[in-house]
Amino acid sequence: MSEISRADVEHLSTLAHISMTEQELEKMAQELAVIVDSVATVSEAVSGEIPATSHPLPLTNVFREDEVGHVFTAEQSLRNAPDAEAGRFKVPAILDEE
Amino acid sequence: MTTHTHELTRLTATEMSAKLRAGEITSVQLTQAHLDRIAAVDGGESGIHAFLHVSTEEALRTAAEVDAIRAAGGAEADALHPLAGVPIAVKDLIVTEGQPSTAGSKMLDGWMSPYDATVVTKLRLAKLPILGKTNLDEFAMGSSTEHSAYGVTRNPWDVTRIPGGSGGGSAAAVAAFEAPLALGTDTGGSIRQPGAMTGTVGTKPTYGSVSRYGAIAMASSLDQIGPVARTAQDAALLHELIAGHDPKDSTSLTGDVPAFAEASRNTEVKGLRIGVIKQLQGEGYQEGVLARFNEALEALRGAGAEIVEVDCPSFEYALGAYYLIMPSEASSNLAKFDGVRYGTRVLPEEGPLTIERVMGSTRAAGFGDEVKRRIILGTYALSAGYYDAYYGSAQKVRTLIQQDFDAAFAKADVLISPTSPTVAFPLGEKLDDPLAMYLNDVATIPANLAGIPGISVPGGLSDGLPVGIQFLAPIREDARVYRAGAALEQLLSQDAGPFWAQAPALAEAPESAKAAAHTAGK
Repeated sequence: MSEISRADVEHLSTLAHISMTEQELEKMAQELAVIVDSVATVSEAVSGEIPATSHPLPLTNVFREDEVGHVFTAEQSLRNAPDAEAGRFKVPAILDEE
Repeated sequence: MTTHTHELTRLTATEMSAKLRAGEITSVQLTQAHLDRIAAVDGGESGIHAFLHVSTEEALRTAAEVDAIRAAGGAEADALHPLAGVPIAVKDLIVTEGQPSTAGSKMLDGWMSPYDATVVTKLRLAKLPILGKTNLDEFAMGSSTEHSAYGVTRNPWDVTRIPGGSGGGSAAAVAAFEAPLALGTDTGGSIRQPGAMTGTVGTKPTYGSVSRYGAIAMASSLDQIGPVARTAQDAALLHELIAGHDPKDSTSLTGDVPAFAEASRNTEVKGLRIGVIKQLQGEGYQEGVLARFNEALEALRGAGAEIVEVDCPSFEYALGAYYLIMPSEASSNLAKFDGVRYGTRVLPEEGPLTIERVMGSTRAAGFGDEVKRRIILGTYALSAGYYDAYYGSAQKVRTLIQQDFDAAFAKADVLISPTSPTVAFPLGEKLDDPLAMYLNDVATIPANLAGIPGISVPGGLSDGLPVGIQFLAPIREDARVYRAGAALEQLLSQDAGPFWAQAPALAEAPESAKAAAHTAGK
């Protein structure tokens, strides 16, 4: 059984920017351990010799002309914003209080 | 519902196209018939609930436009696409201007895309009336459509069962005659597995065959948009329309779009080498599924196909590799939902309102359990100390699977397997067991890891529930899956008639409820 502690999940949830309750952390730690156990077999299947595949098609350097295409207006860009002011996205404080 | 509506909605898209061109029916009649059908069977407590949004006015406007062009005749009428006027539904993972795009998530509740996906632009140019947006597992993460934030979709063959997922809405809409065609997306089987569950046809094209521009990304190296239909030929026609290079998707294939529809009209399998994948049968597969699968093999053999067995030993690790690569890519792709530029913003109940904390509470409230599970799993797989063992190994398994396919396609022209190990299971059965849910994708996942095309076609019934048969072909050889799929379809319907004729009648809403649904516009 993989050792995934409540503290591990808490750290991961911070990295992933998802606030979780105590109860959620416990549940997620248990579920994750089961899932990781079942997927961890992949490391048995491979050796150092095998090249990694990141993409199904071997594409390299896809180029196109550097031309101005369709551009959204500020109004269009802000239409779905949760908060906006003076033609800009309005965000909560970026820096902590201290 | 009138007999006329009933008859119109049971035509194939190919038949609809012919009748429209011959002037026997109008697109307005055809589109209205489908809107009536949606009003009759989609709502209510045990309704199918395939649609998250129905776009009555827009669909009828497009239909009237097609009818006017046809009536006027001349060059413009001649230039109409064969599918012009044939209505279609679009999975709500694909963005549309003028209709909401939610991805089945609370995160995007009320979000209106400022642009159309390339496939939607193609539908609009070809003048297919867009009936609306279909339900899905949140951000396409799931195999049952139960992970939608907007309620479950029901299987038209048994409304107490799942329609498959993530594209359960598109498959159910087509199975319930609410639409003749639909668009889906397939990352690990989300077009093919719902096809199997609902007795419809679904194709995952070769990776890059269809532009992904405007499909809200889950796992970018696996995602692919594709057609959902009731016959292989209809799917091929739609695939031809949506395929092609798109400068907005640098991973889309260059070169001409092959003649898929023509391939689907060639149902001759004499001499076709069909490889049975040793690893995709046996243990874990239901008896009824294997019985229909073996009958399909016999039918193909009887028609002159050469059946060979192929060995794909690395498939044992495919599910593990997929459930590492997909969450890793998803955790990165979904980082953009931060409550700043679009989507929901939820403030924390207490404490200072810093962006970090607002992001945390927004993502806690906006994402459902399965999405959180995958983001956390992906974050884990990508974190320092685990990266090589998990994500790195999974990428190597991907190479091994491609090598298995290469060897298999040296012996066979197409490969065959059951699409899913089971028929549709009861709603709720696997909701609390993520791993059991993941196992449903065991036969569809290898194609996504390798980028190859696959199709699911109906292979008959097991205890009244549809069984899907999957065909796979090498990269860029999508035409082969249409040929094999259409051939099996023809062999199995020779005596029995079209598969969907066996579908049970659905309860219909009373006229008053239908009228209410119309005015509400959903």
